[in-house]
Amino acid sequence: MEFFFDWFRVLNQETGVNLPFLYDSYDRNRIFNGFLTTIWLSLVCLFFSVIIGVIGAWLQASSFKITRRIVNGYIQLFRNTPPLVQLYFFYFAIGTMLPRVENDWGGQSPLLGSFAWAAISLSFFAGAFNVEIFRSGIEAVPKSTVEAAEALGFSKLQIYKDITLPLAFRVVLPALNNNLVNLVKTTTLAYAIAVPELLYEANQIWSDNVNVTEMMIFLLLAYFVLVGVLVGGMNRWERSMKIPGYG
Amino acid sequence: MTLKTIKMLATVVVASTIGLASASADVLDTIKERGKLIVGVKADYKPYGFLDTSGAVIGIEPDLASDVAAKLGVEVEFVPVVSSNRMQFLEQGKIDLMIATMTDKPDRRDVVLIPDPNYYSSGTNILSLKSLGLKEWEDLRGKPVCGIQGAFYNKATSQNYGAEIVAFKGTAEAYSALKAGNCAAFVYDDSAIVAKTNDPEWADYEMPLPTIDDAPWGLAVQLGEGNFAALMSEMIVDWHKSGRILELETKWGVANTPFAKAMNEKYK
Repeated sequence: MEFFFDWFRVLNQETGVNLPFLYDSYDRNRIFNGFLTTIWLSLVCLFFSVIIGVIGAWLQASSFKITRRIVNGYIQLFRNTPPLVQLYFFYFAIGTMLPRVENDWGGQSPLLGSFAWAAISLSFFAGAFNVEIFRSGIEAVPKSTVEAAEALGFSKLQIYKDITLPLAFRVVLPALNNNLVNLVKTTTLAYAIAVPELLYEANQIWSDNVNVTEMMIFLLLAYFVLVGVLVGGMNRWERSMKIPGYG
Repeated sequence: MTLKTIKMLATVVVASTIGLASASADVLDTIKERGKLIVGVKADYKPYGFLDTSGAVIGIEPDLASDVAAKLGVEVEFVPVVSSNRMQFLEQGKIDLMIATMTDKPDRRDVVLIPDPNYYSSGTNILSLKSLGLKEWEDLRGKPVCGIQGAFYNKATSQNYGAEIVAFKGTAEAYSALKAGNCAAFVYDDSAIVAKTNDPEWADYEMPLPTIDDAPWGLAVQLGEGNFAALMSEMIVDWHKSGRILELETKWGVANTPFAKAMNEKYK
């Protein structure tokens, strides 16, 4: 393995193609951790944004006017503002207003760090779109199906959980895919509040080594592969959920 | 396509080739032709380059840049740069000259042309709460330390002293994060930190560590612009000889640095 890494050191000396994240163990660690942080942040946001979407779509069909208004207000707020502005807002505005806690180095630090704020902010951002995506799916379920379930004595929650949502899910998967792919790409914004994800670490490396071109090419390929894996997984899921004769 | 449009297109093509030809010629000619020297300076680095209340860029480095423009007999335009994009701006020709608190490093000399001698010098230190009682660099081990994206000492601080660097785009974000308690300290140039500790708003903060990595600053022009670099070398020597640097330090409220004094002695 060392031989393989050293080859890139020679490559740099011979041709000037500088890939320090391969031959320098410190930079290798940085880019690897950046990769893990990006994946972890993506997974956390994917999970919570889908949960927000499912719950939001259910609340949107609530018979209370106030609940519907709150959900709509949330969607408007998060859909109509740029995600970078939201990140800054959460981290620098809300974050500094929260109570502080004693930390392990004897100082006072805010309750939530940059990773937590990135996860919260991006989940809400993607969640707002997911609510609308799920609503479109729920509205695609024929009214007669819901009426049939009501006639059989299903409760409102049961109808949503066991009948509407499973059918709606199959309708919305392509649109959901789209939004989740966007979400993974949006995690790069977390770099603005110093979440050590892939773009952030790559920036540190190109600042230290002045190898902007190489790092840009690497970043493009890295995200291409990362999102490619997600899309592949979602497509498989789509196929496995297919009901013959439906949708 | 009418004859008129063909003629027009031909003129455009010829004009653009002439434009290209003059761009590849000496940058000094381009500047004189344009009547304007475009200089990349910091806009968030008090007192070396910062914004006044009207939004204009002022400070020691903008003053130096104005000297250069005066010498060339042209107007000056300031383009605010940050550490992570200053060399790229110069490479791309967005700016003619960069005077942006850049530490002179050998690998940077591969990318841009840094004329000798150096015009200034500073080292690395931290700004932190007095109550934390930090005494030496080793005290930073395992603690989150704010930094600026693109600063060369980020890597050293984390590699040698085990600090976890949290790097932001600009100093405003880093100062804000330090104040909010997201970091134990802010690692930055001592010259900027000294100015901050004099600020009543930062009375609870101090610069507790011995300054390390005292390193000279270099201004830079594009690679291959030998004439411009020679002119800048002359200007820098002149600044040192006439005590212009010392004078500007006093004007902007910085105690005269040992480097500036030594250079003044050397060239006097």
